[in-house]
Amino acid sequence: MSFEHLLQYVLSGITNGSIYAIVAIGFNIIYNTTGIINFAQGEFVMLGGMTAISLAAFMPLPLAILAAVVITSFAGALIDFLFIRRLKSPSVLNMIIVTVGLSIMIREIALHIWDEKVRSLPYFTGNEIASINLLGAYISPQVLWVLGVCSVIVVFLGLFFKFTLTGKSMRACASNMTAARLCGINTRNMVTISFMLSAAIGALAGCVISPITQTQYDCGTSLAIKGFTVAILGGLGNSTGAIIGGVIIGLLEAFSISVMPLAYKDAIAIAILLVILFVKPSGLLGAREAAELKEF
Amino acid sequence: MLLKKLFATVLCVSLLPLAFSCKKQSGETIKIGAIFAVTGPASFLGAPEAKTAQMMVDEINNSGGVNGKHLKLIIKDSAGNPEKAISFAKQLIEEEKVFAIIGPSTSGETMKIKTICEDGKTILISCAAAEVIVNPVARYVFKSPQKDSHAVQKIFEVMKKKGITRIGIVSSNDGFGIAGKEQLEKIAPAQGIQILISEVYDKKATDLTGVLTKLKAKNVQAVVNWSIVPAQSIVAKNMKQLNINAPLFQSHGFGNIKYVKEAGEAAEGIIFPCGRLLIAESLPANHPQKSLLMKYKKDYESKYGEDASTFGGHAYDAMLVLIEGIKKAGSDKEKVRDAIENLKGVAGTAGIFNFSPQDHNGLDINAFDVLTVKGGKFVKYE
Amino acid sequence: MAWKKYIPVFALIACIIVFQLAVTAMSREFYLTQLTMAAYYSLVILGLTVLMGYAGQISMGHAAFFAMGGYTSAVITTRDLMNVKGAVLVDLARDLGLTIVEKNAYGSDIEHLSPWAALAVAVVLTAIIAFLIGIPILKLKGHYLAMATLGFGIIVYRIVLGLRLFGEADGISDIPPFRIVGGLAVSGDPALRVQNFYIASFLVVVGVVLLMNLIDSRVGRALRSIHGSEEAANAMGIDTARYKLFIFVLSAVFACVAGVFLTHFNGGIGPSEADVMKSVSYVAIVAVGGMANLWGALIMGVILNYLSLRGYFGSYDEFVFGSILIVIMLFVPEGLLRMENARALARALARLRNNLGADRKQ
Repeated sequence: MSFEHLLQYVLSGITNGSIYAIVAIGFNIIYNTTGIINFAQGEFVMLGGMTAISLAAFMPLPLAILAAVVITSFAGALIDFLFIRRLKSPSVLNMIIVTVGLSIMIREIALHIWDEKVRSLPYFTGNEIASINLLGAYISPQVLWVLGVCSVIVVFLGLFFKFTLTGKSMRACASNMTAARLCGINTRNMVTISFMLSAAIGALAGCVISPITQTQYDCGTSLAIKGFTVAILGGLGNSTGAIIGGVIIGLLEAFSISVMPLAYKDAIAIAILLVILFVKPSGLLGAREAAELKEF
Repeated sequence: MLLKKLFATVLCVSLLPLAFSCKKQSGETIKIGAIFAVTGPASFLGAPEAKTAQMMVDEINNSGGVNGKHLKLIIKDSAGNPEKAISFAKQLIEEEKVFAIIGPSTSGETMKIKTICEDGKTILISCAAAEVIVNPVARYVFKSPQKDSHAVQKIFEVMKKKGITRIGIVSSNDGFGIAGKEQLEKIAPAQGIQILISEVYDKKATDLTGVLTKLKAKNVQAVVNWSIVPAQSIVAKNMKQLNINAPLFQSHGFGNIKYVKEAGEAAEGIIFPCGRLLIAESLPANHPQKSLLMKYKKDYESKYGEDASTFGGHAYDAMLVLIEGIKKAGSDKEKVRDAIENLKGVAGTAGIFNFSPQDHNGLDINAFDVLTVKGGKFVKYE
Repeated sequence: MAWKKYIPVFALIACIIVFQLAVTAMSREFYLTQLTMAAYYSLVILGLTVLMGYAGQISMGHAAFFAMGGYTSAVITTRDLMNVKGAVLVDLARDLGLTIVEKNAYGSDIEHLSPWAALAVAVVLTAIIAFLIGIPILKLKGHYLAMATLGFGIIVYRIVLGLRLFGEADGISDIPPFRIVGGLAVSGDPALRVQNFYIASFLVVVGVVLLMNLIDSRVGRALRSIHGSEEAANAMGIDTARYKLFIFVLSAVFACVAGVFLTHFNGGIGPSEADVMKSVSYVAIVAVGGMANLWGALIMGVILNYLSLRGYFGSYDEFVFGSILIVIMLFVPEGLLRMENARALARALARLRNNLGADRKQ
């Protein structure tokens, strides 16, 4: 394989991997604050993209994206108010079933709002045939946007959780809900904020990836599964792990086509998921005890 | 006491499903059943087909029906699931006692109900393209889309003219893609075309730069993509982004101007075989298909506010053929079947139909024109 | 008296017979078609109920086992052996009387392996795979177990969708009938509707009786103790891993058998039977029926599948199952236990169907 060839695969792998990482980080935020795995995470990505596309028809693109992010985060808050808050000491099975049900409902509602057609946002810079030559590999300028936006999100979240009061409160909830409540932190609001934050970053990721992958009402499901794989690979709740995991999965998928039929590319992430779950469920950077304590 | 309670419960529960009985009408209506994949993975086929069928039936009823009889269309959404298609087919044939069934949208579903319709002596006009639907021929089973093999032959004709001999194929893993890949690989050797690489991708794939890099490395002279959205546009865009200059050939699944808009500038120069619906305006005024194509386009676009596609056209043709049969032979199923089998020269959206007892599809290679994209519009390829 | 606990079973048998006689008398026998299909799906749900409700192990990939059964039988019975001469295994099969020669739908002769052989192979294969997969998977709990089973289901779906052997996206069609004994056969032939209804009901009744006995036995008590608290069960000396594995394999076999018979009834199978949505709908029905309620699961399974197969939910099919999941978990987490609730739901659905029907049919 020539260097250009290699670089092409690497770039494709990192592009996809960064989107998976964003979805995984979304999982982690909600998981850390509530212990819930939000199966509807992929739908936030889809909603962000679809809303932005509809809005872009009559507003300038940056405004449409901003509006889409805000609207989707309100959708996240709505989900929390309507459904999550109503659950009184739910079992893990209950949580799983509710979020799976939510993911299906959101998908069907999207189908009836936007119908089955495939749409996409216009490229942020350049157009469909624009291409940048990077050391022999050719990429669309949108790829740079994806990488850029994802890095910004990660940096922002790092700063948010480390330096802002809200961020620190959320970390307190993640450590110990009861202690956080004793400190006067309104844990219910923290849960809502975690949903809004997850939804917002998911929506932003959905917007930036839309020109490349195009958006359809059911594009959220496979993203959720891959995102979950990445989250588990990196250690559930650990965002650095999510980034590493995302890059690994993205690269493995990209290079897999040189050794196996392309149609099975999607199965790679699942196979890796199963291997991790069987061998080390706590993932690369997670604590072993934490994984085993998860009761049913 | 317990026994009484039990008896009452048994009675209620056993008769419960009857609470959902359908009411049947008889009289001066002809019932036509339709099984389309309006939602689900094949919705790009089923949704326009359902809309087209409904539009046609409404129009016919508004102008007095067929032979004075009203048509009643019963559309069932199978979501692309064969088990639902089977259940609906049995329901339509045995309960609703429909005169004929239009659809289903996918080949997988059609093959599952082929024998059901044949045994049930109900006319089935499928909107799916697989060759096996009409080969071996079943007396009551017809299909309206063109043959994939003809589409492939048209592509190879163009390639030969351009002197292309080494190609790469990418296709999707749904029924449409698999069928196309099969025909491409079957017909290529006879046409002197060498397939250097042939890869199947998941139809929901969002990034095809990996496989296209592989094709680029093999130095193919042309790329053939056999899929439907979204991959059609993604392949076009990825090829341009990767700086691949070889021409891109697509399947007749590219037949909707929306896909051109999706691919934007990357769509320029794509070559594909297609029915004439997309270039209806540029057809000469005396072309047998022109007026119906213009009318269908206008009606569909004004009624539903979206671009007409060749997929909806399959439902149009199926209905058209059925109506022609009924007009000729009345309301006797057997006679209508015979009439359909002998229809000649019926102009539909996909081409001119000429049925025969051995040919239950009725379209030949002239159903296709080769189109290309110029300036964001479909034009005939010269 | 021991037979008292079987009263519900007798009631079920009575319902079945009464219903069949009623529809025949009213010339509405076509209802039996969807009921038969729903009965087979309920077989999967019964097995899943015991796994999820009694043993407390969630499985989001159970449709995979159904597909394994169906596809194995499909592949085996559609191989035309007519022109295969001199192959050792094939001749052995012929000598053992395992092959059948009959006419296919187009009137030509084909020879294929007996569906009994296919059933045996399918069950053994599924049991082995469930056993092998079960060992690592059942070590997981909660979210991890859910995702692992989901992942397993997706892999089976991808395999079934990707291999030429399984017909890829189009699935396998023209599957021969499953001839049982005398004139009994599992097939989609309208003339055999009534007997197919009874065959399906028979399997369901046998399944219910089997599971009822299981729940009341030592195994059932062990399972319930595991559901209560796995650590406590372990402390009591119960080999939790073995019991969990046993019930996992058993529920897989239930799904497999349902798959084999339904495939022959339908005459075909497609990749949609292994779809994630199918697995989720099974979980939804188990939840609605009341997690640990065999009868609730059976009733809801038959009703919901029946309605779905008749197209009552129209294009809103997935939406219905999704909302069921949410509504049940939020408001009635124990499930709709009582008969009155089930009937109230059915009436509400009938109203919904009337509203949807008025829009859809013109």
